[in-house]
Amino acid sequence: MEQGADYSHYIRQSGDGCAMMDLAVEDITCAACIGKIEHAIGGLNGVELARVNYTNRRLHIEWAAGRADPASFFTALKKIGYRAHPFSATSVESDEARQLQWLMRCLAVAAFGAMNIMLLSVSVWAGDATAMTSETRDFFHWLSALIALPVAAFAGQPFFTSAIRAIRARSLNMDVPISIGVLLALIMSVYETAHHAEHAYFDSAVMLLTFLLFGRTLDHAMRRKTREIAGNLASLRVPLATRQENDGSLTSVPAGALQRGDLVLVRPGERIPADGILIQGSSAVDESLVTGETRQRTVNIGDEIYAGAMNFSGQLLFRVSAAGDNTLIGEVERLMDHAMTAKAKTMRLADRVARYYAPFVHLTALITALGWLYFGATTHDAIIAAITVLIITCPCALALAVPAVQVAASGAFFRARLLLNAGDAIERLALVDTLIFDKTGTLTLPQPDVVNRADIPDDLFALATRLAQSSHHPLARAITQAHDLPPLDNASETAGAGVSALIDGTEARLGSARFCDAEPQAEMARAQDPEASLIALRFGTRTAILLIRQSLRRDAVATLAALQAQGYKIGILSGDRAEAVAPIAAQLGVAVWSGGLKPTQKTARLSELAAQGHKVLMIGDGINDAPALATAFASISPVTAADLTQSCADAVFMGDGLAPVAQGLAIARRARHLMMQNLSLSVLYNVIALPLAMSGWVTPLIAALAMSGSSIIVTLNAFRAQGKVQTSQIRNPLAEAMTTGAGAPQSRTGP
Amino acid sequence: MNILLYLVPMALFLGLSGLGAFMWSLKSGQYDDMEGAALRVLSDDDLPK
Repeated sequence: MEQGADYSHYIRQSGDGCAMMDLAVEDITCAACIGKIEHAIGGLNGVELARVNYTNRRLHIEWAAGRADPASFFTALKKIGYRAHPFSATSVESDEARQLQWLMRCLAVAAFGAMNIMLLSVSVWAGDATAMTSETRDFFHWLSALIALPVAAFAGQPFFTSAIRAIRARSLNMDVPISIGVLLALIMSVYETAHHAEHAYFDSAVMLLTFLLFGRTLDHAMRRKTREIAGNLASLRVPLATRQENDGSLTSVPAGALQRGDLVLVRPGERIPADGILIQGSSAVDESLVTGETRQRTVNIGDEIYAGAMNFSGQLLFRVSAAGDNTLIGEVERLMDHAMTAKAKTMRLADRVARYYAPFVHLTALITALGWLYFGATTHDAIIAAITVLIITCPCALALAVPAVQVAASGAFFRARLLLNAGDAIERLALVDTLIFDKTGTLTLPQPDVVNRADIPDDLFALATRLAQSSHHPLARAITQAHDLPPLDNASETAGAGVSALIDGTEARLGSARFCDAEPQAEMARAQDPEASLIALRFGTRTAILLIRQSLRRDAVATLAALQAQGYKIGILSGDRAEAVAPIAAQLGVAVWSGGLKPTQKTARLSELAAQGHKVLMIGDGINDAPALATAFASISPVTAADLTQSCADAVFMGDGLAPVAQGLAIARRARHLMMQNLSLSVLYNVIALPLAMSGWVTPLIAALAMSGSSIIVTLNAFRAQGKVQTSQIRNPLAEAMTTGAGAPQSRTGP
Repeated sequence: MNILLYLVPMALFLGLSGLGAFMWSLKSGQYDDMEGAALRVLSDDDLPK
């Protein structure tokens, strides 16, 4: 069937007749790939620019609108061996990119100001010793003011806006004392300079902004990296839907571009791209990604079908609809809304500190002023002393304490193949004491696998993989993934039965037991493993039965045992039938488990655990797990999870193993330890500096030394969160994510 | 101290031109692909054949 592809969803037009598109490209592994790809695409007719971004594995193409066919880009890339996926940045990602750029601009301005003012300040400090005239000192102070005021007005914006927002919401964050400190330091310095005084604090104010912006920029750069990886993976997984137009022709469109009311065709072996009502055809669908249930459901005309389900046997035509309130998806969304609002806001460590810190500092400044007045100082001196207290306690180290560790730890998380979604995930992961796993797709691998591989003679198994290449049946993929053998030339598929081929005059068949005439053997196999799906193979007189089932992740037993040994309580809550959960729980040595749970029951169990004082980490992948993930204290999902589920998880892990979960917990605990250490260090700094400031001993020189010293100590301490880096472990997680194709099983569109 | 009249503007001018250069490089996307830039230098595409 001829079918065009519609990429208009991804193409952006610029004003001057130029069209642009971004592609996420798989398998970019070396420097040579850059040139190869740019040549191949740049040489196409009409293409004006093709530029590979090696850091985020994306290709940017610009062409004269109408003069090049977007589909030709994909063919050209395929010809030189790269798979590409059209890509559109999520609004979150482009927001973060813009934010990062703005922060870098602020940082550059602040650094420029800090360096130039410090140049002048050092001259003044040196001049104190060599009898600089007071006129020259005033001149330098005025110059500093000339630089500092515009610089602070520009570079201070991120702090001022955030502080104003916090005050409007009647709360306090770290930016409130920072903004007050900076503003007062500047006002006081201008006043003092105008009165020919000896000390001005322009250098402190601008240096403070520079340090803080540095920390904040790093924090954003880390988050941007995570977003880019997530964005690329999402584009790998964007399912293409086949839309039937009014004239009966078929077009390939990204699932996201489907509109309510569109007619969509789903062939056997493809995933259902959207929710809808079936209007033609009937089939068995596997909804394990939706409900966790591994048994297939038969759907007929008029039934509701859900996005994410795998279509097994028949061709389906359905009309896209928004999920009704009574459907599963509707219920999941209601539960999630509820969970989001009901979730006791776990306050971030830094904000919790800020809540006590800000009033404390401002109170101390007040006491200082009153104390000086009481002991007979002039109002001017009392105010100067109070403002010095505010400057010296400006929470520079304190504001760096947590983000610096987050940035350093993110490197370790990357290496452990865990991507953080939420900034405060580290703090929460560190406090977890109970782990609740979902079964399907989390403890087990999302793709089914041949479980009795060892019982089948090698030559028969090789034959099965070659026959399976010619099948569109979803289970065939479980067989083909074991071997990379070429398909048989003369193989033909009988829909609903299997594949057959002639080899040297002998017929080979792969398919249902009846198709292969192997029903007695199939009965025996079924008795041995009632949960598995059966595929039979006949070659002449020889037969074999392949048992196909979702198998446990390779390291699941070891990882869970290790976690239990570390004192974590472990449980399984599954949407699958109890009979299917029991053997898995037994194999893993998990005593606490339940099956057949509805999303409401899952969240109820989690709330119960929370009420008993447990801090629960929920690990799940299905759409039915989404409310549970949102309810739990912390949450992780595999990268193969449904989009909805991933979006409400704190972290996402890549790869076939569960090890990232265990490693991530260890890194998080270590990072939290360092955060607490850093916070104590900054408190210690204040304990030393505060009395000095209150007693009026602090000069601008001491302030500058103390502030930069404490900030540097805190930052260096944070780097310990990176852990020991072994050279063999350094790898680009993005490249890896793209080459392992960590996406959900793609529907294969056969020849 | 008259030397300050020359030196101070000169210092500021140099500092500002550095800042300007950074802003330009940021705006023209030179920090978008840090790893690629390091590898592109290895390719010989720009040599005359």
